Amino acid sequence: MSSITGRSTVDQVPGPTGDVPRGRRRLGDTLFGGAANLSGVVVIAIVALTGVFLATRAVPSLLDDKVNFLTSTEWVPEPGNLRFGILQILWTTVSISVMAMIIAVPLGVLNALFLTQYAPRWLARPAASVIDLLAAIPSIVYGLWGIQVFAPHLTGLQKAVNDGLGWFPLFEGPISAGTIFIAGIVLAIMVLPIITALSREVFAQTPAANKEGALALGATKWEMIRTAVLPFGRAGVVSASMLGLGRALGETIAITIIVSSVAPGTDFFASWLQGGETFASKIANNAAEFNDPSSTGAYIAAGLVLFVLTFVVNAIARVIVNRRKAFA
Amino acid sequence: MSALDTGHQTGPLQRASSLAPSQGLAGRAARNTVATVVVVLAFVIAVIPLVWIILTVLQKGAALLPDASWWLNSQRGITPRIAGGGAYHAIIGTILQALATAVIAVPIGIFAAILLVEYSAGRLARVVSFTVDILSGLPSIVAALFIYAFWITTLGFSRSGFAVSLALVLLMIPVVVRSTEEMLKLVPNELREASFALGVPKWKTIVRIVLPTAFSGIVTGVLLGLARIMGETAPLLILVGYSQSINTNLFSGNMAALPLMINNDRQQALEPAVERVWAAALTLVLLVLVLNIAGRLIARFSSVKK
Repeated sequence: MSSITGRSTVDQVPGPTGDVPRGRRRLGDTLFGGAANLSGVVVIAIVALTGVFLATRAVPSLLDDKVNFLTSTEWVPEPGNLRFGILQILWTTVSISVMAMIIAVPLGVLNALFLTQYAPRWLARPAASVIDLLAAIPSIVYGLWGIQVFAPHLTGLQKAVNDGLGWFPLFEGPISAGTIFIAGIVLAIMVLPIITALSREVFAQTPAANKEGALALGATKWEMIRTAVLPFGRAGVVSASMLGLGRALGETIAITIIVSSVAPGTDFFASWLQGGETFASKIANNAAEFNDPSSTGAYIAAGLVLFVLTFVVNAIARVIVNRRKAFA
Repeated sequence: MSALDTGHQTGPLQRASSLAPSQGLAGRAARNTVATVVVVLAFVIAVIPLVWIILTVLQKGAALLPDASWWLNSQRGITPRIAGGGAYHAIIGTILQALATAVIAVPIGIFAAILLVEYSAGRLARVVSFTVDILSGLPSIVAALFIYAFWITTLGFSRSGFAVSLALVLLMIPVVVRSTEEMLKLVPNELREASFALGVPKWKTIVRIVLPTAFSGIVTGVLLGLARIMGETAPLLILVGYSQSINTNLFSGNMAALPLMINNDRQQALEPAVERVWAAALTLVLLVLVLNIAGRLIARFSSVKK
């Protein structure tokens, strides 16, 4: 029977962490540790290079931009006469994401409460899996369902909102076939599993002593949740929402399919009952025309903004989570 | 209980927290009931879209799937007006691209997880952990643009199935890393220490003791990662053209994939094309759900043996 230790020279006996003193490291350890470090470096390099390459491709077009990139609503990146600004796109992106968060955050928190505090033990796990399955459905299927099956059910509601509140810029007509409103609801369903999963995790960690203390003082279940579970999970819910927001900002194909695009050169509009394009759907809608480097650069510039936005949102979320972990 | 029954006295509960001091027990009980109803209702609301979507896809897409030709033929020479043809070209495209992605992403993901758990002392591990988080929030369209700017514009390759795989690598790595990491953390330290005590080198401890113990978790990560990338559409739009014919060459030419097949015909109004779009959607949902459920079942029924 051969030993799995290979050569077992006494002076190569590893220390408590399995490391042998420097200079005597075995080839296997050097290679294996090297491979682990290399993978780490590759992961870092991927994120760094994403920023670098997007920036390199975007900058020449940004310098050639005839209008202000941040404040213009035009998007006509013709080679030789580049005119592109992100104001309208930014508004649409933020609108859809905000709309999604307005629905998904409360719904996600309530679902997390259901899964951790209300559902009987036998139900909690399968119920959590069901919510997780929402994340497994491909976004193109959400898009198809959203525009062909779901949207017709909202026609009446959108019309009612427009009739009653049409004077308010957010609800101005004419109502498009695929609106920001519809996309926001579908997107809310898509980010719900993320928000639920993370909130569930923090709610489940509420110290039993806090919960039992509240109950012992005579609190009803809801009062216990309000005074023990929710305050404990607040930071977790905030970061879960940020992660959901990050996902919402970057969602591509579902929005591309659902939201009607607007003719280029349309004046700025704020309405959620009309169409529009987000950063991601703008890029996706024009992917077939990536031929000229300077006009492609305009779309890459949009991608760069999206990258920075999601980077910041995700980083904030992670910092909150990690700070909580450090104190837990 | 008497203090609570009247609800007007200042009991410890009222002083300890701001719990509705002016309300009677009936009011508090009512609030509690309302909260319970709202919470249960929220779950029902969350389940409705899942059921609705699955029923829709089944109802609209199931007609073509029992037919063998759906699984064996491509769309070559078929126009939206003609019924028939299959999704073989798209299924094989999706599978090949996913496999190519896995071949690159799985080793990187596993080694990165090993770095995070087994070599976690250094600063590198902390930076990698943060980067993996960022990567897991990276929009797929940004990953696709990066590969476009890097692989196609800078290195001069043409659009191909492999370019798609490269973009999908970015999306698969974080799933594999996190799932593997979770599992490696569950491996009892005693196993490692016992191995070190026998004089086994660290790398051999990891390969022979830690990884086998955590094997099921790694498989789960790979399956969930595959499920995630197979449903991605954005990289396909930018990095490869759609082909109605079978193309098994990842490195050249247009190549179909299920999401691309759906996207290509989604605006068609003609009945045969519409039917195929939903059938392709059902095929994709089945593929993704099977991988997903398989991954979860493996995770549940083979947790780390102690």
